[in-house]
Amino acid sequence: MSPTNVVKPGTKPVQPASNVKTLQIDGKDFSARPEETILDVARQNKIFIPRLCELEGLSDVGACRLCLVEVKGSNKLLPACVTRVYEGMEVTTNSPRLAAYRRMIIELLFTERNHICSVCVSNGHCDLQWMAQKLGLTHVHFPYRYPKANVDASHERFVIDHNRCILCTRCVRVCDEIEGAHVWDVMGRGIDAKVVTDLNEAWGNSETCTSCGKCVHVCPTGALSEKGHAVAEMEKRRHFLPYLTMMRESQE
Amino acid sequence: MNLEELEQIAVTEREAREKVRHEVRVCMAAGCLSCQSQGVKDALTAEVKNRGLEETHKVKGVGCMGLCSEGPLVATSEKQMYKHVASADAAALVNSLDGEPVKRLDCPTDVPFFQRQKKIVLENSGVIDPERIEDYIAEGGYRAIVNALSDMMPQEVISEITTSGLRGRGGAGYPTGLKWSTVSRADGNPKYVICNADEGDPGAFMDRSVLESDPHRVLEGMLIAAYAVGASEGFIYVRAEYPLAIKRLKTAIRQAERLGLLGTNICGTRFSFRIDLRLGAGAFVCGEETALIASVEGKRGTPRPRPPYPAMSGLFGQPTLINNVETYANVPPIIRNGGAWYAEIGTEKSKGTKVFALAGRIENTGLVEVPMGITLRDIVYDIGGGIPEGRKFKAVQTGGPSGGCLPADCLDMPVDYESLAKAGSIMGSGGMIIMDESSCMVDVAKYFMDFCMTESCGKCVPCRVGTYQMHRILSAITNLTATEPDLKMLEELCDLLKNTSLCGLGQSAPNPVVSTLKSFAEEYRAHIHDKKCAAGVCGAHENGGDEKSKPEEKNEARELSEVGA
Repeated sequence: MSPTNVVKPGTKPVQPASNVKTLQIDGKDFSARPEETILDVARQNKIFIPRLCELEGLSDVGACRLCLVEVKGSNKLLPACVTRVYEGMEVTTNSPRLAAYRRMIIELLFTERNHICSVCVSNGHCDLQWMAQKLGLTHVHFPYRYPKANVDASHERFVIDHNRCILCTRCVRVCDEIEGAHVWDVMGRGIDAKVVTDLNEAWGNSETCTSCGKCVHVCPTGALSEKGHAVAEMEKRRHFLPYLTMMRESQE
Repeated sequence: MNLEELEQIAVTEREAREKVRHEVRVCMAAGCLSCQSQGVKDALTAEVKNRGLEETHKVKGVGCMGLCSEGPLVATSEKQMYKHVASADAAALVNSLDGEPVKRLDCPTDVPFFQRQKKIVLENSGVIDPERIEDYIAEGGYRAIVNALSDMMPQEVISEITTSGLRGRGGAGYPTGLKWSTVSRADGNPKYVICNADEGDPGAFMDRSVLESDPHRVLEGMLIAAYAVGASEGFIYVRAEYPLAIKRLKTAIRQAERLGLLGTNICGTRFSFRIDLRLGAGAFVCGEETALIASVEGKRGTPRPRPPYPAMSGLFGQPTLINNVETYANVPPIIRNGGAWYAEIGTEKSKGTKVFALAGRIENTGLVEVPMGITLRDIVYDIGGGIPEGRKFKAVQTGGPSGGCLPADCLDMPVDYESLAKAGSIMGSGGMIIMDESSCMVDVAKYFMDFCMTESCGKCVPCRVGTYQMHRILSAITNLTATEPDLKMLEELCDLLKNTSLCGLGQSAPNPVVSTLKSFAEEYRAHIHDKKCAAGVCGAHENGGDEKSKPEEKNEARELSEVGA
């Protein structure tokens, strides 16, 4: 009998605690509950994973593809925002390959519509702009599309500028899940997709909109803004979201 | 309904058949209907009636006979078939029944097209009347489910399917037995069974044909699946562009319900199952299982990240079994004849047969069912009859917009899941588009990219914007205005889409480009460097390369879209 099989008297083999998973992110060990995602663990431990569609307090859709990470043993890249942790998982959040993909995705977003920061109300407070700087995007090498997109200023307090929209659907989700009004939705397919209010009516005519402004404040870019702001003046306030979520959970 | 009652229906039906001396079968599937086979059937019926031969002569509308390019097709016996039949030929055909065949309409049946096929899924196609359940029962239909309900445990059904080695016929080839077993073990009640009949690949019409020719087979397959996994409700998601398939499915469901083969307490057991139809509204992406489920739920048809897989959390968050039409159509014969019987057909890893829709530049356009492992050459040259007008074979496109183009040196490769994947294409749902030297491969790649661009749901960035950018580059190449950096950009985008897109549509959208870049790189180079298109398809166009401004006869894209209509 080999010595490793001998169990010393008085000791028991260590049983892993049933509900805690241990995993490695970028070589460091972390523990997590099984229902948590890679992004949850990363966020708790101040590990940066880029993302644009994800917002704490809203459901996750895995649409922007910026949070893709490498997981050892999987030949596919997995979205950190929806991938649950498992025991012994080894995650790499950054690599030259991931960085290149992320930059290309941001580039594609810039080419898709007319993101002209110098005349944008959100200049300096924009998630897309910030993410591009953070990911080291210095220039866009794909040609721009320059679509003719509309601006709907029919609402008395808010404006939607489709030129700046990146279709993250945060507005759709916050209106549906938090406000419960479901004013916003997506219409059209592929490159022609756009967010609409009610059944593609002018926002000002919407009978369902409560004018709460949550959509405006979760919008990552200058697509949704409050009226009365000039270039670079539109700062978004999102503290309400974790607060509302927490209050709801405590009531449940 | 029990086995004796079922047998009684079959016997009654067979007795009725024996009284008939001549059965004239007229194809009433979409292909032949579109060239007026309804008129042919009406004329034949009127002719028989005028002569007072209704007792001994029966004119029957049947499903697809396979050779769609030669329609309308009429069969007067097992060996005698007629092609291009018109209403005016009715008298001549009725005359020929007790005499010599009509030579000018003769369609030979001893040719490889018919002889080299092996029919399991299509065994009843072109034989039975798809609108009569009795006809299906007379051919042994519904025996498998009645047998399974009385003699087999659900676990035994699953193990029979596992033994058969059947793999998903929708394209990805996931082992069917494993999927069934996962759903049967998943926690949750109720469970659902879904049939994916949202066939959308350009040039593919296998599922449509099965539904139009033998709808009961699909219902029986779903019944067996529901019994095996413990589901009590099922949905068939069929695209609204298939009105005939929808009509025949509705008829079939009603008939099965009337006989107690669908509904509550089927065959007096505790097993209940009902089937509803859901019509797709024309989105290709709804063929992706999570998008399909969203669409059945009444939501916008967009995919969601997996896991969780539908087997765990699918329709309304419940365990859901989702299979393709052809997969379900394979199930009744497997249960009837045993999994081992099925496993003898095909290759080591790809068992059974596969239905292919032959389209494009090939002599025999139509539907064929062949055993797995047959070579592409056999399909194209032997069964398909080769390339018309003495032209040269250039490539075969398999798997639709998710597949790739295989060049001539792949012709001797066996057709199975692994070989096709290794060659850079996929099995897909079974569309095969054959191209000759008059096709430009860059133009073909552009056509499929255009398809993916317009069919992208717009949810994830790589697919939404990436397909647009790739289409733009391919348009520039076909307009002969592209430069070398464009080609590099195209390769970068292929890699990006493949690795970062959310669902199968985006991940596989680059396949037609990647496979043509691999096998026909010189064509891309000729377009970019020499500004030449060897096939004479591409060139600068006045409207900036707009599709419609191209010469009609050279436009592959238009032709393909007609095939896929």
